[in-house]
Amino acid sequence: MTLATTAQKPAIKASVRSRRSSTALAVWALAWRELVRFFRQRTRVVGAVGQPVIFWVLFGAGLQTSFRPPNWAPADMTYQEYFLPGIAVLIVLFTAIFSTISVIEDRREGFLQGVLVAPVPRLSIVLGKLAGGTVLALIQAALFLAVGPLLTWVGLAPPMELAVTSAIVLKTFAFLVLLAFALTALGYCIAWPMDSTQGFHAIMSVFLMPMWLLSGAFFPGGAGWLGWVIRLNPLTYGVAGLRRSLYPPGTFDDGLPAMWLCVTVSIGFAATCVAVAVWMTNRRRITAT
Amino acid sequence: MSAVVVDEVSFRYGERTALSAVSFDVQPAAIFGLLGPNGGGKTTLFRLLCTLLPFQSGRATVSGHDVAAAPADVRRAIGVTFQSPSLDGKLTVGENLRAQGQLYGMSGSELKQRIEQITARLGLADRLRDKAETLSGGLKRRVEIGKGLLHDPQVLLLDEPSTGLDPGARHDLWRSLAELRDAGMTVLVTTHLMEEAERCDRLAILNRGEIVALGTPDELRASVGGDCLTVRGPNPQWLADRLAEMFQVDPRVVAGAVRVEGQRDHTLMSRVIEAFPEAVASVSFGKPTLEDVFIARTGHRLWDEGHS
Repeated sequence: MTLATTAQKPAIKASVRSRRSSTALAVWALAWRELVRFFRQRTRVVGAVGQPVIFWVLFGAGLQTSFRPPNWAPADMTYQEYFLPGIAVLIVLFTAIFSTISVIEDRREGFLQGVLVAPVPRLSIVLGKLAGGTVLALIQAALFLAVGPLLTWVGLAPPMELAVTSAIVLKTFAFLVLLAFALTALGYCIAWPMDSTQGFHAIMSVFLMPMWLLSGAFFPGGAGWLGWVIRLNPLTYGVAGLRRSLYPPGTFDDGLPAMWLCVTVSIGFAATCVAVAVWMTNRRRITAT
Repeated sequence: MSAVVVDEVSFRYGERTALSAVSFDVQPAAIFGLLGPNGGGKTTLFRLLCTLLPFQSGRATVSGHDVAAAPADVRRAIGVTFQSPSLDGKLTVGENLRAQGQLYGMSGSELKQRIEQITARLGLADRLRDKAETLSGGLKRRVEIGKGLLHDPQVLLLDEPSTGLDPGARHDLWRSLAELRDAGMTVLVTTHLMEEAERCDRLAILNRGEIVALGTPDELRASVGGDCLTVRGPNPQWLADRLAEMFQVDPRVVAGAVRVEGQRDHTLMSRVIEAFPEAVASVSFGKPTLEDVFIARTGHRLWDEGHS
């Protein structure tokens, strides 16, 4: 038996006949790998969910007395309840970062070069990574949103006025998918040109964390320049969209960006990041090694 | 038709020239070696042929497809084994191979069969469930080659495939490559090891981005002329000095052995043994090596280049 038998060629050719199905297959292969890797490195779960939950409980308890709900929110909203969607977004952001930082590791360890010489459209390389990261972010954020409010029973969270209806669950789920996809794409764009994970950590501290802090996740708007930064930050619409998704319509006044605006901005943001990611992946990089 | 054609390819990293007007072609069903020191341009050329680097000048084709203009066709035609491992250590061997197959559009029972076939052939069948990070260097390399072969490419490209392998594993690797060649595969391999270059059907010697020699190992050796006497003993420098005095030759100490090159007189061998029975452990007399070819063409040793 030989390795290069001509008899197999027709079979292999036949299986690559459909470009669309082979793109989907490549996306699936890469996304599946992300998931397997994640679940084989359990400490990543702790990093992505543990810290945000601790933040939520500690800040929630500590800042409660100095918190005044914004005028678009119900007057009796506690800080911890206000902070809930913000923390869910933080979990999505952390998961997106951790899963896209692997782009740098993949490059260093050599896995990426094997993928780049495969005859797959570069879009499928991007989508594979994003699909994997999105699913992971979704699982963790959804888990937090389901379990977080239950901390009320053990005294770690105040009572909250969350209603669980199928419409709310569906809306929240859909919006989380959009948000996770957008933030994973953003992470990919940051990670792709980098050669070291340290560089990514620097970007995380000076860009991604401030972006989250200034999105209405941690504190409601502000006056002057702060208000403008918040209004121009695309993540503001991610947090607001998730906040609106979690409650029945009419809970919040117009001071909070409207749902259609949140969805539009988030889709635009995701599309821009994906386009940049594909463009970057398409370029042949000149590296000395 | 040539399996690989490289035509006047040049490449620069900023100010530094990595390749200058390199041309050669590779016939199908042959092992073609790119021999040269580190930094000589081998890996740059390899990455160009793999579609990973942009072409700056010149052109190349693989199986008739232009590497710059039709990267997707080239990618389908080549199997690639990189110097640094491309396996995902957290996945098992089987999972690595399956993901690879899916990237090449294979799935289902066809992929399963192909994986079984490849792993059986490479002696990996009982390793399918092992995590890649637990394998030895030699086994990892075999899985890498399995990955490259999975989609039955026309040309297999390997960058320094024996890096980090012990001699046994290296031997296995080259036996596999020879079998692939015999089955009709074109193999292009880079190396900085003379013993590996010896096993290639044809060679290009690359130094500072230029091809300094091109031909079969025999042709290259014949081009140098004369034979080489190699004497090994406990004190090579002392021996070299004595030989110079006594026989009016110009010996050099290379890697712990005394070498006298360009010899036509084979009686020198017996005269050396008779003159220094205590100081000589072994003597060989033979055709020049590829190292001699390299020295003759460049004026320096392959290894002296180091990372310059």
